Amino acid sequence: MAQITLSKLRHSYYPNPKTPDDYALKEIDLDWEDGGAYALLGPSGCGKSTLLNIISGLVDPSQGQILFDGEDVTGLPPDQRNIAQVFQFPVIYDTMTVFNNLAFPLRNRGMDENAVKQRVQEIAHMLELDGMLHSRAAGLSPDNKQKISMGRGLVRKNVNVVMFDEPLTVIDPHLKWKLRSKLKELHQKVRATMIYVTHDQTEALTFADQVVVMNDGEIVQIGTPNELFERPAHTFVGHFIGSPGMNVLPCEVGQGMAFFHGHSINLEGVIDSTGAGKTEIGIRPEYVSLSDQGLEAKIRKVSDVGRHNVVDAMIGDTLVKAVVNGAVPAQGETVHLSFDPAKTRLYRDGWIATQTQGAAS
Amino acid sequence: MKKPYQKAWFFVLPVLFLVAFNALIPMMTVVNYSVQETFGNNLFFWEGLGWFEKLLHSERFHAALGRQFLFTAIILAIEVPLGIIIALSMPRSGFWVPVCLVTMALPMLIPWNVVGAMWNIFTLPDIGLLGYLMNHTLGISYDMTQNPLAAWATIIVMDVWHWTSLVVLLSYAGLVSIPDAYYQAAKIDGASNWAVFRYIQLPKMKQVLTIAILLRFMDSFNIYTEVFVLTGGGPGNSTTLLSIDLVKIALGQFDLGPAAAMSLIYFAITLFVSWLFYTLMTKNDTE
Repeated sequence: MAQITLSKLRHSYYPNPKTPDDYALKEIDLDWEDGGAYALLGPSGCGKSTLLNIISGLVDPSQGQILFDGEDVTGLPPDQRNIAQVFQFPVIYDTMTVFNNLAFPLRNRGMDENAVKQRVQEIAHMLELDGMLHSRAAGLSPDNKQKISMGRGLVRKNVNVVMFDEPLTVIDPHLKWKLRSKLKELHQKVRATMIYVTHDQTEALTFADQVVVMNDGEIVQIGTPNELFERPAHTFVGHFIGSPGMNVLPCEVGQGMAFFHGHSINLEGVIDSTGAGKTEIGIRPEYVSLSDQGLEAKIRKVSDVGRHNVVDAMIGDTLVKAVVNGAVPAQGETVHLSFDPAKTRLYRDGWIATQTQGAAS
Repeated sequence: MKKPYQKAWFFVLPVLFLVAFNALIPMMTVVNYSVQETFGNNLFFWEGLGWFEKLLHSERFHAALGRQFLFTAIILAIEVPLGIIIALSMPRSGFWVPVCLVTMALPMLIPWNVVGAMWNIFTLPDIGLLGYLMNHTLGISYDMTQNPLAAWATIIVMDVWHWTSLVVLLSYAGLVSIPDAYYQAAKIDGASNWAVFRYIQLPKMKQVLTIAILLRFMDSFNIYTEVFVLTGGGPGNSTTLLSIDLVKIALGQFDLGPAAAMSLIYFAITLFVSWLFYTLMTKNDTE
């Protein structure tokens, strides 16, 4: 188990990167606390798998360092880092039994056969693979195969970090939930640092204590699932997390106030005065409500998503989504929308530019 | 229980028809010859299983069969490992992949009799590149028309040159289908190169290798043209493989009965060994 520090990490797949766009990872500084459950969340191609492969040693970073408990491991090959990685598609050694699969990393390190046996049984018990130890691994279902590839990582004592690279991709939906709670349970048992890469927000939010959101080779925000939902630091986070995502509405700023289609909008707090740039208001559909007064809007569409309705309303030519419980207006009707001021924020060039109420007072 | 769709077998009829005309009926004529004796003039005399009995006790047949098995065993023992080694050393991506693939495929595109003729000229002691080099530059006496060992070496090298590519291409196809994650996981598990080969690459190549071995077995066991053009079965009878002997009996001596019996036994052996190979190599998959 270890604390993992990434220091000034940059990576490019080109031999001579010139512009920032040539970098798959743009300067990452990050600490993963010992024993934490992290999710690395971002769209495909944002660099999250690259980051994972750099931590495991499969990819050498162009610049920067990786430290395990303060010790530089940047130059070490994967097998000497004492890490475990579970891949998108289950990797198992087809010709071996489940037992031999789990014993493989130990035998490769020349461990005594008695110790191997004891350790494998321990891990098999933890993963509920006891009953199938002596059957061939090739014939198992995908979820059991994923458990085996997880087990091959955990079987080594004191694994520094267990990494999951979208491990539930090939698992049937009804088993996904089961395996996910198994992972969570496992984390509580072994207390190893775990990093879970995914582009599925549900997976990230249910697994992790801390979610690291990445976009375009950069870390956009780190926080608990609740923080990411309640106060996105970037419009990307607002948009990427939540269903539907946050409303991002172009606005003008003047005299310390934000104006949207000529109406002044109450924000959570004082606007940071620094800098110019494109300004937008961000508000989650959950905090937009229908009321007697407020912004006039025309209903374009109402979608029943089960628990509630999602209303698409047009203010001028801007689409605003609202989550509505109970009675919904009809299509084409004119309504008034009000925004919860405590949840309404200003973003400048994508980044949050209002202070919280606490900070402002 | 629902009754199976009764008209389905109509769709199989054309295939049955084709197979009947290109395999079953010709084979039945061979069966017909194998139990009769003829002296020409379309006169046939019943012989029963006599030809089969004689053949199975014939030393000439035993010798040809022995040579045939020896030849096939040697070329399989060389071509399969060599093919795997070449496939393992080929690049997995980039500019050199098509270059390697085309170079590998070239020998297979040359017609059998041309291969025989090429190697015949290549090995001529006075003017052939190899023959001249061996005899006049290196000073090693090499003449495959005189020396049985030289003749054997030549037909084996020729077959290895002609057909190793098949094993290479099939193995390579098996290798490139292995996802990167397997190699990455093996690295993390601390697996040695040998372990990677033994537990990842070989199992993933197994199916294509089964096909490669089967094809190479059948082809080499039935080899005729190249050896016939190169050595004609000589010197003496030293490279007279089964097929060459068969043609000598059938067309040289015009002994249709014994030749037909030999064809059937030849066919039965090929079929049996292929079946045996296939069963052994796929046995574990069903466990």
